[in-house]
Formats: sequence, structure tokens, C-alpha cells
Amino acid sequence: MSTVIDVEHLDFSFGSGALTQPVLKDITLSIHKGEIVLITGPSGSGKTTFLTIIGGLRQAFHGSVKVLDQQFINSSEPVKVKIRQQIGYIFQQHNLLKSLTALQNVSMTLEMGNTLTEQQRRDRSAEMLIAVGLGDRLDYKPGQLSGGQLQRVSIARALVGQPKIILADEPTASLDKQSGYEAVSLLKQLAKESQTTILLVTHDYRILDIADRVVELEDGVIKKV
Amino acid sequence: MNKLAWFYFPACLAWRQLIFDRSKLVAAICGVLFACVLVFMQLGFKDSLYASAASAPVKLNGDLFLMHKQSEAMWRPIQFKRSELMRVLGNPAVAEVYPLYLGLAPFKNIQTQVKRTLMVYGFDPDSLIFNIDEIKSKQVELRLKDTVLFDEYSRPEFGPVRQLLEADQNVTEINDYKVNIVGLFRMGVSFAADGNVITSDLNFMRIFPRRDSSDIDMGVIKLHPGASAKQVEAELKSQLNEFVNIFTYEELLKYEKDYWANTAPIGFIFGFGTVMGWVVGLVIVYQILFTDIANHRNEFATLKAMGYEHSYFIRLVFASAFFLAVLGFIPGYLLSVGLYHLAESQMYMPMPMLLSKIITVFMFILSMCVMAGLLAIRKLKDANPADMF
Ligand SMILES: Nc1ncnc2c1ncn2[C@@H]1O[C@H](COP(=O)(O)OP(=O)(O)OP(=O)(O)O)[C@@H](O)[C@H]1O
Ligand SMILES: [Mg+2]
Repeated sequence: MSTVIDVEHLDFSFGSGALTQPVLKDITLSIHKGEIVLITGPSGSGKTTFLTIIGGLRQAFHGSVKVLDQQFINSSEPVKVKIRQQIGYIFQQHNLLKSLTALQNVSMTLEMGNTLTEQQRRDRSAEMLIAVGLGDRLDYKPGQLSGGQLQRVSIARALVGQPKIILADEPTASLDKQSGYEAVSLLKQLAKESQTTILLVTHDYRILDIADRVVELEDGVIKKV
Repeated sequence: MNKLAWFYFPACLAWRQLIFDRSKLVAAICGVLFACVLVFMQLGFKDSLYASAASAPVKLNGDLFLMHKQSEAMWRPIQFKRSELMRVLGNPAVAEVYPLYLGLAPFKNIQTQVKRTLMVYGFDPDSLIFNIDEIKSKQVELRLKDTVLFDEYSRPEFGPVRQLLEADQNVTEINDYKVNIVGLFRMGVSFAADGNVITSDLNFMRIFPRRDSSDIDMGVIKLHPGASAKQVEAELKSQLNEFVNIFTYEELLKYEKDYWANTAPIGFIFGFGTVMGWVVGLVIVYQILFTDIANHRNEFATLKAMGYEHSYFIRLVFASAFFLAVLGFIPGYLLSVGLYHLAESQMYMPMPMLLSKIITVFMFILSMCVMAGLLAIRKLKDANPADMF
């Protein structure tokens, strides 16, 4: 099975000189296509930092981070932008654009590639919203939707571009138990259909059962499970 | 990626974000509108005042004009010898030459007896160097001793001359010399003179006893039909003494306007007003764009995380600036049209809304918004996608 994320001996620290604070220490992890991996661990253990490095949002300098066969260590911005376009993001807050409707928000992912016509973008986005159960809320703006619905819109936004990887940071944190579990199950179901790899950071032990593998970080070190 | 989408997508998002917050949009439009009206009015007044500054030369009927090199403008002429004008007659293309005498003098208001300075024009009444019908029809009266014509467009401080004439009160003093007003004509005031009076060359010498008819202020040259003013001007230039300037009609108008635009502080004052309008508008638009970027920081960071390039957001900011320019310009233009009409009807100032002015002001407003955009894009750096998790 092909490897989509391949991290070897990654070291990362914030600050410089005497104030250097090591956050990730000698991390080695590889995740293959279609796998669902959950990262847990105490607060401050470096989970979010790890995710932003994998997502090409933060520059690391030591070790090796290969995402979709692209080396991120000491890479240039355009290289990272290109990989980012193949990754779907789900944030703790939904981070939807509040001036756009649900449909327009989801379409934003497709406007980047610009290979589709206006109609195709609409259809694909609407399909995706129907798949997350929001077929009757296409033209609602974020201000008119509930927390669970917003998170489902952002799942639709992450998935509609058919990304190879989904990165999610505590997507259930702002949801209650029921809607949190529903959102993650939905994510799992849709991802499995398209063989999408998921890397999900969570504190929420109720959703651990959706994972193929759980990785625990502690003080920037992966604990063997 | 095709060219249309390159601008269409960010413009689309910019538009949606603009109309999402209506109250902020209205504030932004008001800012641009304000700058727009300010610039329209400054330019309108300036052009109108320049036009009135040249109201006297506009009415002159001649092909070429002589003035002393040191004459900065018609209202403050330096005299030169009449013989210099006569030399021009040696050119075969020249048909006639006429001297014009100019002088500022106090005019006594018949009613209030208050004296106020106006411009006195002295000319040969047999010549037709003024293109004004009322003057042409009063040739006979002007030949009489101590007669003058009064400019009806003079400021009201000179008295209700028309009513006074109808009541047969036509005697007044110019430069403490008694004259009869024998009629009215229409020319218009300028910065230099609040009123105008026309008289014959002989009467002019009576009003200004210290002036000598051999020292003239301006020479008006008429050419034979078919002669090229430009060509004759070039020929005369080489023959005349170097202390005189020779102008064609258009050059004279330009010379007069340029004096007010450059030499006098008026050009500076209006230029300053225009620039201030630009700066105030710039600050308002910049403020709006800047807070807009700050408010959308998280949204932009999210889009960056999704893979949008930095340049997309620059295009988005400029699209916003463009929309603000257009949205502010339209009501600004309409309001200015109204104000122009008001100025024309209330202040008797000619304020035409010319296409060239509309284009100038729009370019001005657009440049203002683009500049505001340029200043605001620095703020985009704050949108860091790593902060979104
Ligand atoms: N931008 C930053 N600059 C400096 N230090 C940072 C920065 N972001 C995080 N850190 C530090 O790095 C360490 C790891 O932070 P990180 O956010 O990765 O933790 P986390 O595992 O996601 O925690 P939580 O579960 O609370 O979200 C923390 O000690 C934090 O103080
Ligand atoms: Mg975190």
C-alpha cells in the first residue's frame, strides 16, 4: 500500500537561542493511503504543531517530512501551496466565510482549481452538502446555521475537492457529544468511499473507535501503542 | 488558469464581502462620494474662474495681438510705443492694426457715491475689435466727448446701472473725471476687475490725463482673409523688437489663463483643494480597506491554508478598491451635477459638466482607491494560516 505521509526523525522547536523550546522530538511516523489515524495526547504535547507541519503551514528544518511524495523540509512557498491544494482542512472552529452561503463556501474549494464550469461547481458542492445532510440549507449563511451544521459544512468544504489527505484539529471540540460523533462518523464514511487518508487530532475519547490507528504524543515524543 | 477567472473569482468574493456589511459599505461610499464632490467642485470652480479670467480676450476680434514682453496679463499691462504696432503694417498679409488702451480706475457708484476700481478699455470706435453687438451698435455715441459703455455683468457694488440709466441718471465719475454712460454691454468680470467700462481712445486720454496716446497697452492686428495667422506670426516675430510678444487668438487666451493658473496663487489654491480632497478620500478608503482586511484575517488565513496564493488576496483588495471607486463615484457625480446647476443659477458662474472633467475626476478617484489598496495590502501579511489551528 502506498505511503502518503512519511515523517522521519522530525525535530521542531519554537524560538531561537537560549529561548529555544523543543516541541517535537525525533518523530517518525508513516501513514498510508486510506488510513484513518487519530492523534491524542495531553495539552501542549505538540499535536497542533505536528499537524501544521504536515499541512505545509509551518516550516520545519530538521528531519524529513514527505507529504504526497513532496519533501517539506526547507521547501519553498509555491511547493507548499501546491500540496495544500490537495489537502482538506477541518478546523476546530468552522472558519467558514460569513459573507458567503453554505454553497458558496463549499465552492471556494473548487474555484481554486478552475477546471470546472460554474454549473459543475454548483452541482458538485450541492451534492456534497446533500451528502452531509444539509440539502435544505444550501443558501443559508453561517450566521443562520447551528454549530453542528457549520461543522458539517466545513466537512463538505474539505471533502468536495476530493483531497488525498484530510487534516482535522479537534473538529468535535465545539460540538456536543451527539453531533460530534455524527460529524466524525460522516467524515469517516465519506472518506472511506474515496480512499482518503485522515489525520485527526482529538481529546475526545468517545470517537477513538473510528480510527484505524491511534498515535499518542507526549512532550513531543510518540508513545508506542 | 484563464485570464477571466484570475480576476473574476477574487472580485466576486470582494463584492460579496462588501455587500455583506451594508452599514460599513454605506460609510465607505460616503467617503468616496465626499472626495468625489470635493474634487468636482474644485475643478468646476477653477475652470469657471479661468474662463471668466479670459472673458475680455475672448471678446476681442483680431487675428494677432501684440503685448509688451513684461505684461504678465492684460490687467497689468506695460506700455509700448504705438510705432512698434505700426511697423507691422509693412507685412503684406496685415490688413489693419488698432491700439487698445487699458487702465484700472475708480468708478463712482451713482447712488452711494462709493468708489470702486474697474477696468477701462479705450479703443478706436471705428474699429470692430470687440465682438460684442451692443458695442458695435453704439459707434456713433462713443465718438462723442466723455461717453462710456458700462458692462452689465459688473459686480452689483457698482450700482443698479440699468435702472439708473432708465431713470436718466447716467452721469458719474471715473478717475474723478465726469463721464456719461450711454449704454450697456455684456462682457463679464475677472479676478482682476470687478467691472468693465469701454470708451473711445480719445475719451480714454481724458479719463487718464497722464497717459499718452503714443504709448499703447495692446495692439490688435487683423489679417487679410486667407492669411495664415501662424505663418504671419512667425514672420513678424523675426521683424519686431524683442520687447514685444506676439500671440494668436488661442495663444492669448492661453497666456491669460496660464497667468491665473501659475503666476497668481489661484491655481495653487485650487490645486491644493483638489489634493486635499484626494488625501482625505485616500485616508477614508484606506481605513475601510484596512479594517476590512483585519476583520477578515481569519477567513483569509483559512483560504491560504486551503491553498489560495497570496496574490489572490492582493487582487481581492484591489477589486474592493475598484468597487468602492465606482460605487462612490456614481452618487458623487450625480450630486455634483446638481451642485453645478445650483452654482450656475445662484452665482452666475459657467459650470459645464464636460465629459473630459468626468473622466478626469473618475481617474482621480480610481487612483485614490488604488493607492489606498496599495497601502492596505501590507495588512494581508497578518493572515497566517498556521494560526488557524
Ligand atoms: N506560535 C508559537 N510560538 C511559540 N510557542 C508555541 C507556539 N505555538 C505553540 N507553542 C508551544 O508549543 C507547544 C505545543 O503546542 P501545540 O499547540 O502543538 O500543543 P497541542 O498538543 O496542540 O495542545 P492542545 O491539546 O492544548 O491544543 C506548547 O508548549 C506551546 O506553548
Ligand atoms: Mg492544539
